[in-house]
Amino acid sequence: MIVGKQKPLEEIWDMVCSHKNLLVFGCNTCVAVCHEGGNKEAESLASLLRMKAQQLGVDMTITHSGIERQCEHEFFESVHDQIENADAVLSTACGIGVQFIAEKFDKTIVYPGLNTTFLGAVESLGTMTEKCQACGNCVLGVTAGICPIARCAKRVLNGPCGGSTKGSCEINKELDCAWQLIINRLEALGQMDSYETLAPIKDWSSDRAGGPRKQIREDLQV
Amino acid sequence: MREKRAVKTESKLEKILAAGHFAVTSECGPPRGSDPEVITHKGNLIKDYVDVVNITDNQTSMTRMCSLAACIRLKQLGVEPVLQMVTRDRNRIALQSDILGAASFDITNILCLSGDHQSFGDCPNGQNVHDLDSMQLIQTVRYMRDEGKFLGGDDIKRPPNMFVGAAANPFADPFEIRVPRLAKKIAAGVEFIQTQCIYNLDKFELWMQQVRDRGLHEKVYILGGLTPFKNAGMAKYIKNRVPGMDVPDDVVKRMSDTPKEKQAEEGIKICVESIERLKQIEGVHGFHIMAIEWEEKVPEIVKQAGLWPRPEVN
Ligand code: SF4
Repeated sequence: MIVGKQKPLEEIWDMVCSHKNLLVFGCNTCVAVCHEGGNKEAESLASLLRMKAQQLGVDMTITHSGIERQCEHEFFESVHDQIENADAVLSTACGIGVQFIAEKFDKTIVYPGLNTTFLGAVESLGTMTEKCQACGNCVLGVTAGICPIARCAKRVLNGPCGGSTKGSCEINKELDCAWQLIINRLEALGQMDSYETLAPIKDWSSDRAGGPRKQIREDLQV
Repeated sequence: MREKRAVKTESKLEKILAAGHFAVTSECGPPRGSDPEVITHKGNLIKDYVDVVNITDNQTSMTRMCSLAACIRLKQLGVEPVLQMVTRDRNRIALQSDILGAASFDITNILCLSGDHQSFGDCPNGQNVHDLDSMQLIQTVRYMRDEGKFLGGDDIKRPPNMFVGAAANPFADPFEIRVPRLAKKIAAGVEFIQTQCIYNLDKFELWMQQVRDRGLHEKVYILGGLTPFKNAGMAKYIKNRVPGMDVPDDVVKRMSDTPKEKQAEEGIKICVESIERLKQIEGVHGFHIMAIEWEEKVPEIVKQAGLWPRPEVN
């Protein structure tokens, strides 16, 4: 899923404080799972902002709402008017949701309430870790199911680098060295022989490097 | 004298190794400024005591004068440089382009590295590139040299003529893949290896044993890395702070048990003793003496270790 983290309240306030009528707008899928931008979090963020406005004597109306997903048209139908009537929307979706609103409502100002942090998994309640960087050309089949592109600080495809120490990455003792994990798993799977196969020079054109990506399924076009 | 091997490049380092001599290499860090004197001064200090001098490439991610420019300075002094090149800061276009630039000055040695992470340096907020990794850079240089082609497939007019090296850290984790990893670098085309600083000689011997068990010492030249301690504080710092380093407790103790004013001397002594021990290990082909900001001690170490005068090759 897409993981996000709420921006500091001060930063949010500075973005939104000049608007008379603000809608704080939640997205109830990925960012709800990480408890940062779901409809519940949008509601609490709205009350925090209301308190702030009151403390500072700023006259503004702050409402809240939300939908299941801010990245698909159909969910917007029921909230169309709410969004159009607001001076500005503070979206607590990931960057995709924020941009989707900007594209759909060309007269509405939209602000990001979150920093979109990464594509990751819920390791345990409240702990999310990055797992994928959407390089568009998956190598997990030869890396024992652990991604060296997302999880190695130098994205080395023939790792580990010389800095791997006692299972930790050279940049941070708290961070597992992805290549140590790969090797542990290759060992567990009895596949250590494959360690010596050189990973070829990667074609990054399917990655961010190739420019913004687009995917079309002809059979689903209407 | 070891058995002689065939020579594939114009590199003096390769010729010395191929002739069966112990090679002696050292390194210089370029300055954090544009004063060429720093490099020429360091070069002059050591030029008669080592065969070639590595020039580091923004080591520990601190921005410095570029390795290529500093290599050219050395070359102009009559010192053969080893161009260190990290994959952190350049994509495949820039890497190939710099290789050609170096080749145009007849720089004949390259050391392919991934580079320390930028978070260690003065630009922790910068991007890193890592378009290729160090093994793929080895493959790239070999391809450019041996096939005379760019990665994109076009022919190179006057391809680079470079002896291709890489680093190996026998002490990094996980230990069980340290030798397979060397084998992988050899498969990628590496021709010489400069190891991480050796303080734990027992562990190094164990690694070399495994290297020999697979016959890898016959496929690549291995130069043992050495960094003399200036004082006990440095020994402790390296032990505790530098990732991938293995300094045994007794070595640190030996340094800290030495009175302060004698510690530098003791550091040199440890270094020379290590070289003597490394000389006895089959498959060690030379020494890479990295006297960090202490280049003036290199002549002394080389002489004391019985490695002077340096052999002449043509
Ligand atoms: S220590 Fe491991 S995870 Fe960290 S950069 Fe090196 S190989 Fe990658």
